[in-house]
Amino acid sequence: MKIKFGVVVFPGSNCDHDAYYSVKKVLNQDAEFLWHKTTDLKSSDVIILPGGFSYGDYLRTGAIARFSPIMEKVIDFAEKGGKVMGFCNGFQVLLEAALLPGVLIKNESLKFVCKDVYLKVENKNTIFTKDIEKDVVKIPVAHGEGNYYTDDETLKSLNEYNQIVFRYSDKNGNVDPKFNPNGSLENIAGIVNRKGNILGMMPHPERCCDPVLRKTDGAYVFNSIIKSFLN
Amino acid sequence: MFKATVIVKRRPSIVDPQGKAVEQGAKLLGFNNVSQTRIGKYIEFFVNTDNKENAKQEVEEYSHKLLANPIMEDYEYTLEEVK
Repeated sequence: MKIKFGVVVFPGSNCDHDAYYSVKKVLNQDAEFLWHKTTDLKSSDVIILPGGFSYGDYLRTGAIARFSPIMEKVIDFAEKGGKVMGFCNGFQVLLEAALLPGVLIKNESLKFVCKDVYLKVENKNTIFTKDIEKDVVKIPVAHGEGNYYTDDETLKSLNEYNQIVFRYSDKNGNVDPKFNPNGSLENIAGIVNRKGNILGMMPHPERCCDPVLRKTDGAYVFNSIIKSFLN
Repeated sequence: MFKATVIVKRRPSIVDPQGKAVEQGAKLLGFNNVSQTRIGKYIEFFVNTDNKENAKQEVEEYSHKLLANPIMEDYEYTLEEVK
């Protein structure tokens, strides 16, 4: 059985092909691009909101994409328990759409950060992380606005409900501000909603799946979600 | 018709790295009395109605839904009637 991934394409998306390639060619699943102006999710099992600079990042990152016609269907799909993953700009869109709590603001350093980072897997009991064999994964980040912020109350509840799935760390899993590439609260790199069917993360798992790249930790995330359909 | 001017400001409790960086420039230029620089957005547009209440409602909805992110930003606006 193949799982079908629907990859939404906004004007300005630029990791849509990486996501499509990773799930279709590397992980041998079905994939289809979904143009943002359409309203048909084409029977996708999982929706991916890819990285990029949708609408040129104008106004706020993800703010305009959030109102693209397809987003109404994506929100509906997610609210009914459909599985949705947003990477980088996709994470920003999920926050603007209020499918996940919080905001992403400019990196503390004001620099665009593009490098491999280590992530401590904080919660392996989600459909996105269940199949991760390691405690720490290495996945690249590439963003200027990945500084996660939310109010104290939301932060507390994110911790309480184990919604923080990835934190920036060193290769041994030590979480410390010095391993934080963007100034995110508590080194947050990725979160899920309380129901656990929506994942948003700044790092790019779709960029490290193909063994030819000599880094494949991103495949753990996709394999986890694929396996979740088989159980 | 009304001309609306909306100013979007980041909440005081939220850090503004951009403002901080600009202020570093201010110090380099010798503006030593300058402090707490914060950067917001200025947005202007027209609302095509003759009813001020309708215009207000539209500006507020537009600001709340799209122009500002209520999680981190506040907005204020003015309306000016234009012929």
